[in-house]
Amino acid sequence: MKNRGYYGDYGGAFLPEILVATFDELETAFEKIKNDPDFWKEYETLMSTYSCRATPLTFAQNLTREFGGAKIYIKREDLNHTGAHKANNVMGQGLLVKRMGKKRVIAETGAGQHGVATATMAAKFGFDCTIYMGEVDVLRQRPNVFWMEQLGATVVPVTDGTRILKDAINEAFRDWVTHMDTTHYVLGTACGPHPFPEMVSYFQSIIGKEARQQILAAEGKLPKRVYACVGGGSNAMGLFSGFFNDPVELVGVEAGGKGLDSGMHASRLKSKDASCGIAQGYKTYFLQDSDGQMKETSSISAGLDYVGVSPILSAMHDKGTARFESATDEEVIAALKLTMKKEGIIPALESAHAFAQAFKEAPTLSRQDVIIINQSGRGDKDIFTVADAVDDPKWKEFIIKKAKEYHA
Amino acid sequence: MLESYIKQRRKEKDILLMTHIVMGYPSFEDSYEIVRQMVAAGVDLMELQIPFSEPMADGPVILKANQKALENGSTVQKCLDFAQKVTTDFAIPFLFMSYANILYKYGMENFSDQMAKMNIKGAIVPDLPPEEGADYLKAMNRNHLCPIYIFSPQTSDQRLSYLSSFAKGFVYCVARKGVTGKQTAFSADLSAYLVRCKKATSLPLAVGFGVREKADVDYLKGKADIAVIGSQTIRIVDEKGAGAAGDFIRSIL
Repeated sequence: MKNRGYYGDYGGAFLPEILVATFDELETAFEKIKNDPDFWKEYETLMSTYSCRATPLTFAQNLTREFGGAKIYIKREDLNHTGAHKANNVMGQGLLVKRMGKKRVIAETGAGQHGVATATMAAKFGFDCTIYMGEVDVLRQRPNVFWMEQLGATVVPVTDGTRILKDAINEAFRDWVTHMDTTHYVLGTACGPHPFPEMVSYFQSIIGKEARQQILAAEGKLPKRVYACVGGGSNAMGLFSGFFNDPVELVGVEAGGKGLDSGMHASRLKSKDASCGIAQGYKTYFLQDSDGQMKETSSISAGLDYVGVSPILSAMHDKGTARFESATDEEVIAALKLTMKKEGIIPALESAHAFAQAFKEAPTLSRQDVIIINQSGRGDKDIFTVADAVDDPKWKEFIIKKAKEYHA
Repeated sequence: MLESYIKQRRKEKDILLMTHIVMGYPSFEDSYEIVRQMVAAGVDLMELQIPFSEPMADGPVILKANQKALENGSTVQKCLDFAQKVTTDFAIPFLFMSYANILYKYGMENFSDQMAKMNIKGAIVPDLPPEEGADYLKAMNRNHLCPIYIFSPQTSDQRLSYLSSFAKGFVYCVARKGVTGKQTAFSADLSAYLVRCKKATSLPLAVGFGVREKADVDYLKGKADIAVIGSQTIRIVDEKGAGAAGDFIRSIL
């Protein structure tokens, strides 16, 4: 094992022996592309011709007026191909897989965005593709399951454990320890054993690089604060990394679920419920009991519904170089509705957490201040969940009618 | 000492048998009955797994047993109490098997002190490679306990030597890629790999992953010191109940 990737006390590579050689190979391949000046160019070209990079930075004039405080900008990762920042990481790892000469990719997915992005990349590069998805998430993100299968991927519903994101990750690892010769595991977030946290953050850093240039071009100054939702933490790492050397406050927003006091949430850094532990190959804050058994998490958004968090963010939390907050399911739906009405933009439920927190803080800032919200993904995938949350009678009527057609 | 126990015992037997249970699966009463039957049937050493909610290296059979044990109320404390009971009641060496987080949350020092106190001989922690295990190794060595390390067919010769420099008691050679409980082809490849393992360490070799029946155990005679039966025992108990454990062991010896 070459390098273990620690960030303060967090990170590491708690690997079963069978995977050590595979991780050494991956790390070597990653080091090579990191030191190859042509690679980033190849990556940018791919992302500008296959996806929609650079994604725009949208001035949200109406929301700004609504809150009467800081000027609100939105970084539009929803305009990536496949509708989320996940494509940044996936296409980067896809290029890496090509260089390593592997022919099959596997991935876990929560909301389904990472799965769709991986299935898309596999289709484009000609890889076989298997996606592991918790059974609960299969139910709440059916449209994404449909697209993954149409794109040629095999979607395996995971029925073990809590049947959500963490269980999908375990299952992907079980596949990988069997098929590492031919297969690369496209981990979707800045978690897991080294080098994944570093590698995923590296590909996602394209968000922050662009956002920094764009805000300087638009406003001639840096933002006061930037906001990103935090599940595993990859979109947050992407945006934050553009401002690491700047006097910019970095705000990560976790899933507050039914409220931090309810115990039904997925807040590892804001709540007092998490503690340091080791699982899924790395050390970080986990929502776990005193024995070290992982707890159930709860969030309206499948993509934030995860027990662990990027070790890099855990280190930033302890050092105070980023601030972590949480938004409840209810606040998230309110923020989503307001953003749709005011700006004609539909954020994913995950991203809407960042919006909710920014909306709490914007009125307290001055009109001279500028903030950026990372819209990590688009919300149309959430149509079933959102329709239930807003309790739309016309939608229900449509579903009932549609179901009858299938019965006929 | 574990190593000398194994070497001594090997003078009388072509191959030793190590079995595995998940403590509290299906219940602690059943776990005790399985141990009792296995010891009576001639098992030479046993792994006692403390269940974990994320058993990454385990296949479907042991994974389900972990989950079920936790659902049925197995806790670390209950497992320690159980271990105390079996080490008192039965004379064979027992080892703990669990994942890093269980030991980490308990505290590496405290955990190994407990092990020493209850006469557990060593531990298998598949997600704690030596690079991440400084505190663990220190605590285990202080208590003269055996950290059991795992060799895999993917492990380079250089790394086999590196691992064996930390290993005590014996080395656990996984017979193939993948997780526990799947079929293994006992073939020439396996023999060649075991030859590599033997070169890397003077410790006894245990072979596990996919050892299910008498033919598998027979195949390992002369190539390894210990055959490890893991998932298959759980399958048998699932099908026929804890009372079938002894007959199963007698059928493969």
